[in-house]
Amino acid sequence: MNKISQFQGTLIPLDRSNIDTDAILPKQYLKMLDKTGYGDFLFDDERYLDPGDSETPLQTRRKNQNFILNIPPYNRGTILVSKKNFGCGSSREHAVWAIRDFGIRVIIAESFGEIFFNNCIKNGVAPIILGKEQVASLINFANKKPDAQVSINLTEGILSFDGTHITFSLHPSHRKSLSEGLDEIEETLAIGDKIRAYECSRLQSEPWVFVDF
Amino acid sequence: MSSKTLYDKLWNSHCIDETHLYIDRHLLHEVTSPQAFSGLQMHSRPVWNKDSCLAVPDHAVPTRNRNLGTAGIVDPVAKKQVERLSENCLKHDIKLIDLTDNQQGIVHVVGPELGFTLPGTTIVCGDSHTSTHGAFATLAMGIGSSNVEHVLATQTLKTTKLKTMAVRFTGTPTEAITPKDLILKLISTIGTAGATGYALEYMGHAITNLSMEGRMTICNMSIEAGATAGIIGYDATTESYLMGIPRVRELPELNRALEYWRTLRSDENAQFDKEIEINLDSLESQVTWGTSPETSVTLDTPIPKAQCSNNTDSSSELERSLEYMGLYGGQTLRDLKIDSVFVGSCTNARIEDLRIVAEIVQGRTISPNLLYALVVPGSGSVRRQAEKEGLDLILQQAGFEWRSPGCSMCLGMNDDNLPEGSRCASTSNRNFEGRQGKKVRTHLLSPRLAAYSALAGKLTDKYE
Ligand code: SF4
Repeated sequence: MNKISQFQGTLIPLDRSNIDTDAILPKQYLKMLDKTGYGDFLFDDERYLDPGDSETPLQTRRKNQNFILNIPPYNRGTILVSKKNFGCGSSREHAVWAIRDFGIRVIIAESFGEIFFNNCIKNGVAPIILGKEQVASLINFANKKPDAQVSINLTEGILSFDGTHITFSLHPSHRKSLSEGLDEIEETLAIGDKIRAYECSRLQSEPWVFVDF
Repeated sequence: MSSKTLYDKLWNSHCIDETHLYIDRHLLHEVTSPQAFSGLQMHSRPVWNKDSCLAVPDHAVPTRNRNLGTAGIVDPVAKKQVERLSENCLKHDIKLIDLTDNQQGIVHVVGPELGFTLPGTTIVCGDSHTSTHGAFATLAMGIGSSNVEHVLATQTLKTTKLKTMAVRFTGTPTEAITPKDLILKLISTIGTAGATGYALEYMGHAITNLSMEGRMTICNMSIEAGATAGIIGYDATTESYLMGIPRVRELPELNRALEYWRTLRSDENAQFDKEIEINLDSLESQVTWGTSPETSVTLDTPIPKAQCSNNTDSSSELERSLEYMGLYGGQTLRDLKIDSVFVGSCTNARIEDLRIVAEIVQGRTISPNLLYALVVPGSGSVRRQAEKEGLDLILQQAGFEWRSPGCSMCLGMNDDNLPEGSRCASTSNRNFEGRQGKKVRTHLLSPRLAAYSALAGKLTDKYE
């Protein structure tokens, strides 16, 4: 997993609430079997004028030049900023893979869909929650100065742009996962004895749970 | 001992430490599992407890020609995905209910039917509607593929404790009100992010009076209010449903199990982090007008002109939804012409749902103007039960197509696709842009309204 603790980049403003994972990566790309290769299909329905799927040659598809991801310099942006409830809906981790494959490393929003938020943490994409006013000022800034850099310090919980510094909070365990990029499974397997001891006691207290299905 | 909520009890009995929750049951389907299995393989890790897993292909499966098995899947990419699930299950010795199995269906319909879903357990699945299983006093949560891999490898989920919210339904609804109306009303009241970070517990007479099918419909859509889990306390209804399942009756130490399950309710004075009350006295049937499940209204309520919903906080967003849906502010939905009707999904494709539709359309014919009118049972067992009751004939005589189980038009990953820009009355759970097909306009409603609307070819709650 890509580690992330300090980051600098430019913004992509998506001035909407309730952006769902169906919009972030439509269903036709959920048939793919890998964890990579989704970047070209991020926001597919809005990004292209005609429909397509993983088999459609990209060159044959017309881009919607009015959509933010197709407008320079936003098409090179690495920090997405949106409003309430970003990533709500379906649990598809493919949505985060598409965001990451596009090159986005940080998402700023007023709130996130819970499963999506966790999926971000697992993939080295930092989800940052800011207040409504702060999000509005960032969107405003991105509209006015598309090229300007925003820097983020996850360890300190500080986001800086245009001479302003905003603090944000991130659960210590989330910050740790993002900045150290640890293999969580390896970490959990390290408490394997504890898990097995728990299983033994449950096997006594609730044997019906442990039947072969 | 201090009073506890049901969520507290479920959490306490499963937390290994502050961040690791033990997972008893794991449901798998073809879409969110391949990457998890590849991850295991990459690190040569075994599955911790294969007996905790059950796999069912449901999302990308065709609803016709089922006897052909995977050979009946036209799309080669989808075919490969379904085959991959079989290969992975074979490799790890995981129980698979495959395409030709007469128990196959949508994971969230199959799990409870087979007694895989048990009270007092934790269940996960790489699917947001896992909350469905909470109807059985079960802590059930949707997870992403990385967590699917984590649970396969460690039997635990890394997570932290949720906050709790009690949702009390008060008052007495009229006979026309169905579980779908209750949950749509809740979502429109608190908004699609209203329960983010919470486990919801549904309470009140209206819930106690519901069948398990109805309770599942409600828990199913908890995620549409932002909740990770939705639960309902164990009672006599839960018990009699479970006792109807052979596999549950045969569980070891059943009497001890029953004794324990009966404690799976929130204690009388349990403190919730938040409580909300929804009065059902004057509730009318709900239909969504927009592109978020929180946009439900009655057939006769004018849809918003200006900023007024919980989460849509700018007029440009409202305009975007109205434009997408081909509607204008101030319009009412009654008699709005529809192109298709879909009765299906893990929300509303259980036997009771099909009975409601059949009862309404019996001896009548659906509108000839409909392009599609599909009934897709939630599982093979639902399908067989419906056929036993003759519902399939009633539905087909009325003009519905009678299909094999799967997610189908709920998300259109298979070949059940709606034409671009068409309008669909759907018993499913999401009306997002493009969910049912490019530019397709989805109105979420109950099976009851879907039936009346199919007959009329427009949104309605009565015979013409
Ligand atoms: S029926 Fe729809 S919501 Fe339910 S699991 Fe299938 S795709 Fe998801």
